Amino acid sequence: MFFPISGLHLDPIYLICVGFVIGCLGGFFGVGGSFLTGPALFVTGMPMHFVVGTDLAHIVGKSIVAARTHRALGNIDLRLAGVMVVGTIVGSETGVQAIELLKKTAHVDLVVGIVSIVVFSFIALFSAFESWLTLRAGKDSKSDVGNPGPKQDAMVFDSVSKFIHGLRIPPCMSLPHSGIESISVWAILTVSFVGGIFSGFLGGGAGYIRMPSMVYVLGIPTHIAVGTDLFEIIISAGYGTVRHAMQGNVDILVALMMQTGAAVGAQIGANMTQYFSGPRIRLAFAPLPMLGAIAIAYKLITGNHQ
Amino acid sequence: MPAPPKRTLLGFAIELAIYAALIAAYFFLVLRFLGDWLRSLFIEHRDLYAAVAISLMIGQAVALELVTNILATFLRLRKP
Repeated sequence: MFFPISGLHLDPIYLICVGFVIGCLGGFFGVGGSFLTGPALFVTGMPMHFVVGTDLAHIVGKSIVAARTHRALGNIDLRLAGVMVVGTIVGSETGVQAIELLKKTAHVDLVVGIVSIVVFSFIALFSAFESWLTLRAGKDSKSDVGNPGPKQDAMVFDSVSKFIHGLRIPPCMSLPHSGIESISVWAILTVSFVGGIFSGFLGGGAGYIRMPSMVYVLGIPTHIAVGTDLFEIIISAGYGTVRHAMQGNVDILVALMMQTGAAVGAQIGANMTQYFSGPRIRLAFAPLPMLGAIAIAYKLITGNHQ
Repeated sequence: MPAPPKRTLLGFAIELAIYAALIAAYFFLVLRFLGDWLRSLFIEHRDLYAAVAISLMIGQAVALELVTNILATFLRLRKP
């Protein structure tokens, strides 16, 4: 099928299937899924700047569906999401400007590709290591499985989040839904700002950065991190979509096609979180960014990118 | 009480089949009637294109969720 905006011939069934798979994973892990959508679009021959913008547009739709399901499961901390949106939008704007600068120097594919590989690999290895240690230490609490109330979580590397909770840089706020008595607003803004930079720069909602950061740095229980991240992605990816569309980086017809599959997958994925504990979700999450890194590395090495 | 697995799977398969038919019809209409218009907006009025793009995506997300909920309720996979 011909898509007139990007001028590409793409298989609609392929796009719907990619959307469905990413929808399942996104709903379950609280990520936009750009670590897989990016390579999946990249291998079709779509230029990287179109990949980044189109992926963001598709994420908006999918996150709306998944976030509504997580809201019903009590997995969204609205106070946390409200603060994070501010940092994410500022960071996203910074990232969009960075990619525009790179487009002028004609090295956008190489730079975005290399940064993606490094970031994805680090996240994958760290998540796998931490969750494996947690499960081995027998901290795999079942108390957060199928519980509609305040969630609890277990992890072995909680010293960073405890240190962050101990920082009393005003203003501070409490997050009762996440079980946090007091945390500096600046800590939340910093995490969301960094996530926003990656969102604007690499595309996607940057859940692959933000979801682990919320768990390991801010100490948010995994289920709430998943739901809150999806809610926040709606705002940040929506903003990023508009900015990228204004720069000519979005093929909305491709994004709409992918979203039809994602709408079904996102509901399935979000409902599945009820049956898994936090460390198991994090362990299952670990291989996904690595798959994305391998796919991008393959494309860069073979030189088959536009 | 959860539906028996066999019935749930059958319902899910029927839901997917109906959903696929609706989506195929929808996309034929969208690509046929909106494709050229969106392309001209993309080339000539980029700001308007951005507004239309995000509106289409949000509208489609809400509509698809309604469709899947209605189908699931109709097939008794989920409480209304």
